[in-house]
Amino acid sequence: MAECRGLGHSVQRKEDARFIRGQGRYIDDVKLPGMLYLDIARSPYAHAKITKIHEDTAMAVDGVAAVITGKTLEGFKLAWMPTLMSDQQMVLPVDTVKYQAQEVAAIVATSRYAAADGAAALEVDYDPLPVVVDPHEALKPGATKVRDDKESNHIFHWEHGDADGTDAALAGCDTVVEQKMHLPRIHVASIETCGCVASWNPVEGHLTLYLTTQAPHAIRTVVALVTAHLGLAEHKIRVISPDIGGGFGGKVPVYPGYVLATAASVVTGKPVKWIEDRSENLQADSFARDYHITATLGSKKGKVAALKLDTVADHGYSDAAANPSKFPAGLYHIATGSYDLENAHVSVDGVYTNKPPGGIAYRCSFRVTEAVHAIERMVDLLARENGEDPADFRLRNFIKPEQFPYTSALGWEYDSGNYGAALEKAMDMIGYQDLRAEQAEKRARGELMGIGISSFTEIVGAGPSKTFDILGIKMFDSAEIRIHPTGKAIARFGTKSQGQGHETTYAQIIAEELGIPPEDIQVEEGDTDTAPYGLGTYASRSTPTAGAAASIASRKIREKGRKIAAHLLEADEADLVWEQGRFYVKGSPDRAKTIQDIAFAAYTNHPQGLEAGLEAISYYDPPNLTFPFGSYICCVDIDRGTGQVRIRRFVAVDDCGVRINPMIVDGQIHGGLTMGIAPALLEEISYDADGNITGGNFMEYLVPTAMETPHWELGETVTPSPHHPIGAKGVGESATVGAPPAVVNAVVDALWHLGVRHMEIPMTPARVWNVLNEHGVAATR
Amino acid sequence: MSSHQISVTINGEEHTREVEARLLLVHFIREELGLTGTHIGCDTTSCGACTVLLNGVPAKSCTVFAVAADGAEVTTVEGLGNGGLHPVQQGFTEKHGLQCGFCTPGMMLTSKALLEENPDPSEAEIRWGISGNLCRCTGYVNIVRAVQRASELMKENSDG
Ligand code: FES
Ligand code: FES
Repeated sequence: MAECRGLGHSVQRKEDARFIRGQGRYIDDVKLPGMLYLDIARSPYAHAKITKIHEDTAMAVDGVAAVITGKTLEGFKLAWMPTLMSDQQMVLPVDTVKYQAQEVAAIVATSRYAAADGAAALEVDYDPLPVVVDPHEALKPGATKVRDDKESNHIFHWEHGDADGTDAALAGCDTVVEQKMHLPRIHVASIETCGCVASWNPVEGHLTLYLTTQAPHAIRTVVALVTAHLGLAEHKIRVISPDIGGGFGGKVPVYPGYVLATAASVVTGKPVKWIEDRSENLQADSFARDYHITATLGSKKGKVAALKLDTVADHGYSDAAANPSKFPAGLYHIATGSYDLENAHVSVDGVYTNKPPGGIAYRCSFRVTEAVHAIERMVDLLARENGEDPADFRLRNFIKPEQFPYTSALGWEYDSGNYGAALEKAMDMIGYQDLRAEQAEKRARGELMGIGISSFTEIVGAGPSKTFDILGIKMFDSAEIRIHPTGKAIARFGTKSQGQGHETTYAQIIAEELGIPPEDIQVEEGDTDTAPYGLGTYASRSTPTAGAAASIASRKIREKGRKIAAHLLEADEADLVWEQGRFYVKGSPDRAKTIQDIAFAAYTNHPQGLEAGLEAISYYDPPNLTFPFGSYICCVDIDRGTGQVRIRRFVAVDDCGVRINPMIVDGQIHGGLTMGIAPALLEEISYDADGNITGGNFMEYLVPTAMETPHWELGETVTPSPHHPIGAKGVGESATVGAPPAVVNAVVDALWHLGVRHMEIPMTPARVWNVLNEHGVAATR
Repeated sequence: MSSHQISVTINGEEHTREVEARLLLVHFIREELGLTGTHIGCDTTSCGACTVLLNGVPAKSCTVFAVAADGAEVTTVEGLGNGGLHPVQQGFTEKHGLQCGFCTPGMMLTSKALLEENPDPSEAEIRWGISGNLCRCTGYVNIVRAVQRASELMKENSDG
């Protein structure tokens, strides 16, 4: 029998055939007859009263068909929309703008250029208001209030863990380190920006929304809920998520542009396209991070004992973070990381400022990156304070393999892990001891070289229905598999690939379970009219949830297949043995029926008492999250003349459980690592004191090119998840989560002997050079 | 707005159109001719998603007016394979040099021009050669491998 190439095979990707020919169909490729174009006029001010919008100035432009303002929307009760965090956000302002680049009006025109002309021509009168940019300032009494409808700029206080116990434990520690750190605002900057085409059919009362969304089903429900008062209903809404040019979390939220295009289509009766440009994407779409952390970590006799994190979270003018509803700070309380410690407490205070709303999105499972950054920086500091090498200190303090399942001080039950094995492997691969020897020599010569470790634990695959929901909808995900009479199959999912290769990976899971080769399985996602309901792709959840659903649905099909095979073979069901792709009669392997035979019989010769057909659906509610982990070691050289940090080597050992397609897994890690070093070295959406964005386009917001990106060296260990049907854990984000502290630890390591204890990110040449200069080691000509 | 008649040969086929002076080449290709394999990823000439070959040289088509391409030969991703697959397309597929596919057309055209000029580039030369094209998905390692593979295939083809 032909090998079916299920788990563990680097099958070439099915989706590539269209992508390499330029035949992918992305949102801007959607063109409908009579389609109009929408552009958005945006605020030049970070905080201002709008005194007048001169709509006539835009209407005077050739080709402009309509101008939509907050007042227009107010008439339909659509000027505000709810966020996932029980807050609200403006679609368009009725009277006040709250951040620079905020949407002020929508211009609808017969062409892309005319719409842009209209937006440029629109005159708006503003009265500027005082601006608050720094969240610490925003919390002070008498600070400028960002929101008129709220008491203060303080959004929420959230805490978790035992505060008193942690304080007491810290007081009993012999060694305590404290460090403030800021993880600045960053942006996913997928190379495709966001956009949509809204097409309203007034006769049928039907809305089709082509949308760059990672969560098409959830979007459909949200649209139905916020437009119910206008007569839209969920069965008359079809969301189609076409090929997506990178998502990374940035394509989860509902952006005002989507609502505006929909409203414009309803108003004009024509399809309306909105595609944002790059600067709009960076300046107004959902950001990530912006956590100001004060971290304290203590040890007693060299054993890590207690962790405390106090955090100020800058949410911008609205809390629009894309979190599961019960988690205002996401999964930040994974912060005890890979270490066995008994006392921990984390707190977060959310704050309003005059910046765009968002939060979460940047290839990360709900604030895991912030948590990992904090613990991995602090463990490094504590190791040194204990006079121990950071590797040895980690190895001694890791949760041990025999402690799994392990319940952390903050209440998570880690499913599995073998942290020491991963770190030792990484140390072997990079030649840790040799590098340390080289560093000592170089240091003696005045050269700056550093080695940094990060041994992260992630928490992905949200999530179990008892705790995880979004607006009440449980965070299961789904697979529906249908086997055709000729033994070929179609499988549909509630998730949505943005480049992860679902069409291939899911087909391989089904191939493994049913013995049908991947090329015989058509995988589809993203059309809410055809795919089963699911919560979408983000937070590394596709393999843990929908991937599991693919297994379970396949197994249901196999069980029906057993009945059919028994009928065909005139054998007892209990006497049949399954081996990949066929059932045979125990003891006589030649008496067999393949899955293809069974599929044909399911439609042509099904047993009496059994329904015809061969299909199954699974809505998989994971019993627990999965906990991928790994150890990364980064080696840097610092140029004393320019402050440039060059990553000489970067070894990444990842354990994501069982690997479905190793080629795709490695690709995910490569990409994740690149998005990990980016915030460490290059990226920041920055603001001046007036709230002007100073990092809002691709000339100022520096995405790594092939020149800054090192040659990644990968290794693996495999610790299967005990509760996932095929032992997989998810891998899309591990590297982005794990990499940043490895780079920071390496740079601090290079400068440790000078007295440097911490570096804020991004560690740009200017920032590093200033530190070198302060310590008298900057080279001058 | 003044309009002009232009003739541009795209993937070997000549197209004559009346266009606005300000129309960008990328919009001419995508909207006028419906060749949507050429993508747009920025507004500052930074990303290279829009890269085409303009008289054989990589050009960011978001920063060229269509009228400036009057009389020129343009190659887009749709013209790469000529029925089959170009070695660059083969290399990108085999080495997993793409994920979401959005940067891929521009990346492949840049790679093609690079290999025509330098059939046997070192890793450093490849990295430098593609440094005007951003990819947010792959981390570049597999793109480098894809270009190396394409280089091998091109040599095999010319030897054979
Ligand atoms: S679209 Fe980014 S360089 Fe042309
Ligand atoms: S493959 Fe997605 S941007 Fe390159």
